[in-house]
Amino acid sequence: MTNIKRRDFLKISAGVAAGAAVGGAAGPAAAQQQMPFKPEKGAKLRVLRWKRFVQGDEDAFMAHVKRFSDKYGVEVRVDNEGWEDVRPKAAVAANVGSGPDVIYGWFDDPHQYPDKLVDVTDIGNYLGAKYGGWYPVAETYGKRDGRWIAVPLGAAGATFVHRISHVEAAGFKQFPKDTAGFLELCKALKAKGTPAGFALGNAVGDGNSWTHWLVWAFGGKLVDEKNNVVINSPETIAALEYAKQLYDTFVPGTLSWLDPNNNKAFLDGQISLTNNGISIYYASKTSNDDKVKALAADIGHANYPVGPVGRPTELHLFTQAMIFKYTKAPQAAKAFVTFMMEKEQYEPWQQAAIGYITQPLRAYESNPVWTSDPKHTPYRDVVKNMTPHSYAGKLGYASAGAMADFIIVNMVAEAASGARTPKEAAERAQKRAERYYKV
Amino acid sequence: MERLLHSRNFLGLVFMVPAGVLLLLFLTYPLGLGVWLGFTDAKVGRTGAWVGLENYQFLLGDSVARLALFNTLFYTVVASVLKFVLGLWLALLLNKHLPFKAFLRAVVLLPFIVPTALSAIAFWWLYDAQFSVLSWVLTRLGWIDRYIDFLGDPWNARWSVVAANVWRGVPFIAITLLAGLQTISPSLYEAAAIDGATPWQQFWNVTLPLLTPIIAVVMTFSVLFTFTDFQLIYVLTRGGPLNATHLMATLAFQRAIPGGALGEGSALAVAMVPFLLAAILFSYFGLQRRKWQQGGTDA
Repeated sequence: MTNIKRRDFLKISAGVAAGAAVGGAAGPAAAQQQMPFKPEKGAKLRVLRWKRFVQGDEDAFMAHVKRFSDKYGVEVRVDNEGWEDVRPKAAVAANVGSGPDVIYGWFDDPHQYPDKLVDVTDIGNYLGAKYGGWYPVAETYGKRDGRWIAVPLGAAGATFVHRISHVEAAGFKQFPKDTAGFLELCKALKAKGTPAGFALGNAVGDGNSWTHWLVWAFGGKLVDEKNNVVINSPETIAALEYAKQLYDTFVPGTLSWLDPNNNKAFLDGQISLTNNGISIYYASKTSNDDKVKALAADIGHANYPVGPVGRPTELHLFTQAMIFKYTKAPQAAKAFVTFMMEKEQYEPWQQAAIGYITQPLRAYESNPVWTSDPKHTPYRDVVKNMTPHSYAGKLGYASAGAMADFIIVNMVAEAASGARTPKEAAERAQKRAERYYKV
Repeated sequence: MERLLHSRNFLGLVFMVPAGVLLLLFLTYPLGLGVWLGFTDAKVGRTGAWVGLENYQFLLGDSVARLALFNTLFYTVVASVLKFVLGLWLALLLNKHLPFKAFLRAVVLLPFIVPTALSAIAFWWLYDAQFSVLSWVLTRLGWIDRYIDFLGDPWNARWSVVAANVWRGVPFIAITLLAGLQTISPSLYEAAAIDGATPWQQFWNVTLPLLTPIIAVVMTFSVLFTFTDFQLIYVLTRGGPLNATHLMATLAFQRAIPGGALGEGSALAVAMVPFLLAAILFSYFGLQRRKWQQGGTDA
């Protein structure tokens, strides 16, 4: 933590809980801090969150909401929306100045309307001090110009989900840790008739996730630090050449795949390797179909291999809580968001969702959910390994627009399928991206 | 007051007010707002500044937007022609004296009754790269040796979404045309038969001219619905593969809502209006002309 942050923290927290603030600055004593927010009397909250991917998430979340209501006397109504529908709803709420008090949104939502959001620097500093600090990517997503504008909840991370027996049959005792080995694995899997499959259609989650990883792994990036578009680079073209070879090993039809396709194909045994959240494993474990249930023992998870750049380059679905300025109960909203992030709630919630959401705070690395089943462990590190989708530029309208327009996904799909040469695909992506980053 | 209440003009105005307010509130205002937004650089969460035609210039230079325009025209023209031919054929068949006539007519309407989102999901499974029952049957029959990549190849995908749209749209046209066919007096056919007209001549010189007004109306609606289609594409492909099935409506949504560029998305949506107006005017001034309908020309 830098001095500036501490100073801000002191300033902001002073009025609310002076004693605790001093503790925060002092370091270890921070762990003793109490909730620094006092909800307004008779406050009511409306919370909008994305609809759970796994049932355990919602059950635990709602149980904690009830505990919050009982403890603080704040009535909380929680609405659920499909995860892709939250973004437009949040944007409309920001636009018209009314709606849910707290919204759990995605990626750069808060950076599209930072001036409509309550400053949550106090929460950011409080939680960071208490729980071992935020991962760098969490700070990137949660902060703007040095202030916290949203409170990261974590990321619905993905790993390379594979059939352990098929990977072994292909001659690999361990899942490859680098991109070169990974290509060999995919070739061997194809030769054995148990191919890999990765979404190349306009799949918002899975498609964006693995194609960004691929481009970054070879050193390609959409923009540089100053938001200049630099996607048309030798590094990108190397990534696309690689993508082409990789695509040859895929099961047919991946160009049409949307988010659910790989789950279906994997659970049906048609593919042996794909990128996904822990939901495939969860679905298999909790299935009523004996055949699908038996699959669980053979499912393995591995972190995305590292490319020539020599560091992890993963992208995951990052979600964070925003408090809107129009709320009549900002203290209650802050208390709610903070309450849900506290250890007593956060860890059981992660456990109930068997780690579907990975924490943004380092302290939760020790949550037993990550070690109770070794198959959960790779998901523990996905936020630590994550790169923001705006890399290497800034979050905002342009990064949101470029990702929503599937520029990277389309580029990889064009090159991989041979619809364009890698060079043409990169040139086209460059032109498309420049339009978003023109201002 | 007494006189006002008896004035036809005044009362007419009063009775029109509710309808007028509804139209203003729910049609004119949103349309006007959309047009206005198209001239601004509005983003979600930020009211935009006037930028004139910049959005339109941007879209003209955008290869994806141009592709979407092509896709939309292809989709509309091909699907509308197919729907018309199949719909007319079906209407003529249903107009014959068939056994279980009422039952058959009800069955024909089914695709139209099922909510589009649901039938689209059914097609999504039919076209699935791994689970397609169509591919499964064909491989079982030994006609193909690998599954058809319905939605993974740009042209396959275009034809696949057209087929799904035709399946859904035919009943509407068939039933409407059937209603039109039933208003044609049998005596005309009797007279034609007495004059020795062949069935083809009867169709060409009696049925078709008398059906033209209905055709004009139903095809206008059909073209409008097809041109502005959204649900089917959104469920089946999200505009993929490689944007080969992105229609203007789906791209407008993608740009405006998930992408946050309200101004650009609105401009894209507004760009559809001239095409729609052209379709309406063509139907209004062209197909509904009495002279044309009676086989004459403008000369």
